[in-house]
Formats: sequence, structure tokens, C-alpha cells
Amino acid sequence: MKLPIQCLFSGFGGQGILFSGKFMAYKGMIEDKFVSWLPSYGPEMRGGTASCSVVISDREIASPIISTPDILVAMNLPSLDKYEKIVKKGGTIFVDSTLIERKVERDDVNVYYVPATKLASDNNMPTLANMILVGKILKVRNEYSEESVRAALTKVVSAKHADLLEVNMKAMQIGASYEE
Amino acid sequence: MADKVLMKGNEALAEAAILAGCRHYFGYPITPQTEVAAYMAKKMPKIGGTFLQAESEIAAINMVYGVSSAGHRVMTSSSSPGISLKGEGISYLAGADLPALVVNVQRGGPGLGGIQPSQSDYFQATKGAAHGDFHMIVLAPASVQEMAELTIKGFELADKYRMTSMILADGTMGQMMEPVDLDFKITPEPEKPWATTGTKLKRNHNIVNSLSLVPEELEQLNIARYERYKTVEENECMYEEYLVDDADIVLVAFGITSRVSKHAIDNAREQGVKVGLIRPITLWPFPKAPFQKAVGHAKAFITVELNMGQMIEDVKLATNCKVPVHLCNRVGGMIPDHTQVYDKIMEINEEVK
Repeated sequence: MKLPIQCLFSGFGGQGILFSGKFMAYKGMIEDKFVSWLPSYGPEMRGGTASCSVVISDREIASPIISTPDILVAMNLPSLDKYEKIVKKGGTIFVDSTLIERKVERDDVNVYYVPATKLASDNNMPTLANMILVGKILKVRNEYSEESVRAALTKVVSAKHADLLEVNMKAMQIGASYEE
Repeated sequence: MADKVLMKGNEALAEAAILAGCRHYFGYPITPQTEVAAYMAKKMPKIGGTFLQAESEIAAINMVYGVSSAGHRVMTSSSSPGISLKGEGISYLAGADLPALVVNVQRGGPGLGGIQPSQSDYFQATKGAAHGDFHMIVLAPASVQEMAELTIKGFELADKYRMTSMILADGTMGQMMEPVDLDFKITPEPEKPWATTGTKLKRNHNIVNSLSLVPEELEQLNIARYERYKTVEENECMYEEYLVDDADIVLVAFGITSRVSKHAIDNAREQGVKVGLIRPITLWPFPKAPFQKAVGHAKAFITVELNMGQMIEDVKLATNCKVPVHLCNRVGGMIPDHTQVYDKIMEINEEVK
């Protein structure tokens, strides 16, 4: 895994944007990397866009703020419109193609279109489009293994919600095995 | 070692305060520190502590005064505009020689300003929190781990010197999550024989007060307090040095900008530029020793700050203005990218070559 990687997760409030970022940070942490997670905390969070920045590195992280992400996850059109232009050249964009009809305009980045919201509702897990996208990211980065995913998930899903662990596992597996 | 957990800086700070024995928290919500209050609201009732959302910041700081007078560890937290409101109470704490912990998770100003990270309350924290001659011990964390560690340190120093300790953080420190290890060794709270806990008819009254109407006596109180400050300056300075020993250019930064600076330093070192960093951890007392050493070989200093140039004055004092001190900054909630700091290093390197 080439480090550091800077991931920007973005979408509407309520799509689990912060949670998916937290999962990625925990996964990095249990693999002994330096990690940081920073939410957007502006007034725009109410009913508008939500985003969080995750940095995973093998050295101390300079800043949790990301100006040029390696990975962008866009779960709504305003997020893609806002952040497409700042993705690093050669970086990767993951698009929830159920909610975003347009294509990515840039030709110097890798793009994966995943109908995550539709896959989630088809599989009776309507709130887990975020984790379907996370599954896809890990697969693309060759980091998907049931073992590592479960270890990180156990950390991030609180004991109170332990019953949600398996369905999150399933969501990531759906994302990991999805081919366009 | 216990397992590391991923926590927001604000939450790690709150948990560390509880570990340090603080059972009384008074606050009022303001972004970006609200998670401190939220965490206390959740935890304090479960451990027999007090969480109270006061009617204002002014009320909160005066409740701190009350609990401290009774000899217990106590804290309040806020962000920049709220700290200004607390100013009067902070001065009263100083006048009554009461220990307390005050947390400022800074946001951009002046006025209501914005809600994004800033370091623009450096002057306020280190020089002029309110009226009267007094200081606070000011601690500047640069990671979530330090948000926790320095909170515990802050309580210890406050008790030791009967002063207010301030954690001077910023929005990134409060909001970001990083792995943190909360397995701390806590030194027991010292006895507080001066506290107003009731005489039980066995001793004279203890009096906690900041009013002193006899000039001769008030003068002596001020002089004695500054003797104590001198001891703090001699014994409690904390700082980190990074690649300073052979440096031609020395960056000076605290909190988040120290981390951005290290990144820029590594990149500049790869280009053969001899550059290092002094990171003050206590902003008051300001650590002069590393500057007196560095000024022997450094050709220039650069402070990296999220304000219009505040710590730069202390750097000029600590170096007796022997070499130029430059400023690399962003304000209003913006944070410099490591490339901006790198460019500044290269620009100054051309000048001093």
C-alpha cells in the first residue's frame, strides 16, 4: 500500500459519510499506521453536504486537512461538483451512480461508478450504501480481506449495535464483488 | 499498554480531565469545542460528578471559582469569543490564587469571527487574558494524544502553583480523531489546606478573596505572586526540538502548524537546506533556552502561525532580535499547506545564503 493516502468522503448528512471515514481510520490504526479523521463542522452540515477527511500514513501526519485527495468518494452531485477538480492527478473517484447521473469530466483520474444506493436497497440494507462503496475502495486497493474488515468493524461498531456487524460485512462484500 | 482508541481531541481532553480527578465541569456550548461539554454531560452524572450547562460563559467561570475555592479540581471550556467573556472570572481566579483548568479551542476572530481553526488568541492567553497583573500557564497540544496528556499536566501544574492552566488548542485539535492511549499514571491530588471546607471549629477561617483595599498589602500580594511565576518560568518550560542542532533556519510553531512545519522541513532537508523546528509546548512560560542556543548558529527564524503574527514577538524577545524573524501565516480559519511553508523556507534560504 502506497502511503500516505488522503481520502475525502462526501455526500448528504445521514448517508453515513462520517462513519465510513471512521471505519477507514480504524482499519489504518489497527494496521499500525498513523491516521487522522476530520469532519467538516461548518453550519452547512444541517441538511446539506457532509464530508470528512481521512489520512492514513506511515509517518506523523502533518495536517488532517486535505487539499488534494488521492481518493474521493462522492455520494451526491454537489459533492462531485465541489471536489472533482481538487482530486490529485492519477487519483481515484468513487461515484454513487444511483444518485449522480453525470459522468466525471476529468480524464486524468480513475473513476469507479457504483450504484451503491440501488444495491443497498435491492439487498434490504438501505442505509449502507456508504459501506458498499468502502468495500469497493478496499477491493480496488487490494486491501479487501474478510479478516481485516471484520477486525476494523468490530472497533467501529459500538457494542450496543453489535447486531449491525454482519450486515455491514455483507454490504462491504457486495461492494467488493461489484463489477460495472 | 492499553489498546489505543480513536477519539476526537475534545473527547480525549474531557476523558483525561475525568481521569485527572476532575468531577466538576461548567460550560456553555460553542463550536468547535461543544464535544467537551457533550462528553461531560454524558459521563459526569454516571460517576457522581457535576455537569452544569450554565446560563452563560460568565456564570460558568464563576462556578469554577466556587468549586476551586472548596478545593476540588474543576474546569470549563469554550472557544475564542466565549473565553473573552470568561476574562473577568479568570482575573478573579488569579487574584484569589485559585487553581483551575480553562480550555480554549480557538476559532477565527475577532468578534464572532468564524468557526474554523485559528491561533489568534495567543496574545490573550499568554499576555492579557483580563485586567490586572497575572499569568496563566498556557499549554499548546499538537495531537489528540497531547490534548489528553496536557490536560492532566494542566491540572497538576494548576494545583502546584495555585494558578489557572489554559489548554490553548484550535479547531483541528478539537475536531479531529487520532489514536490515543489513555493509560495514564495520575499523581494524587495534593492537599489544599487553604480551601474553604469548613473549620469544624478546629482551625481559623480560610479566606478566598481577590479584593484587597490596602495598597501596601495588594502590592505585596502582587510581588509574591510574581515570585511564584518566576519559579514556574524556571521549572516548567516545555518544548520540542526537531533537527535544530545544525539549522541555518529555525521554524517556530505550536499546535497544528508545528506538524505542517515538520513536513515542510523534511522536504527542505531533502533539498539540502538546513532547517529545523522549535515547538513551544508551554506558551507561558515561553521556553527561552532553545532560542538562546539556536541563535548561535541560526541565520533566520520563521514563525508559522494561524494569526497575523503574535508569537513572533516572543521569538524576537527570546533571541534579542539578533537575527531576522519572519512570519509564515494563514488566518480566518485557513491552515497553511506544507508547500506554503516549504516555499517560505526556500525564499528565506535564498536571503541568508
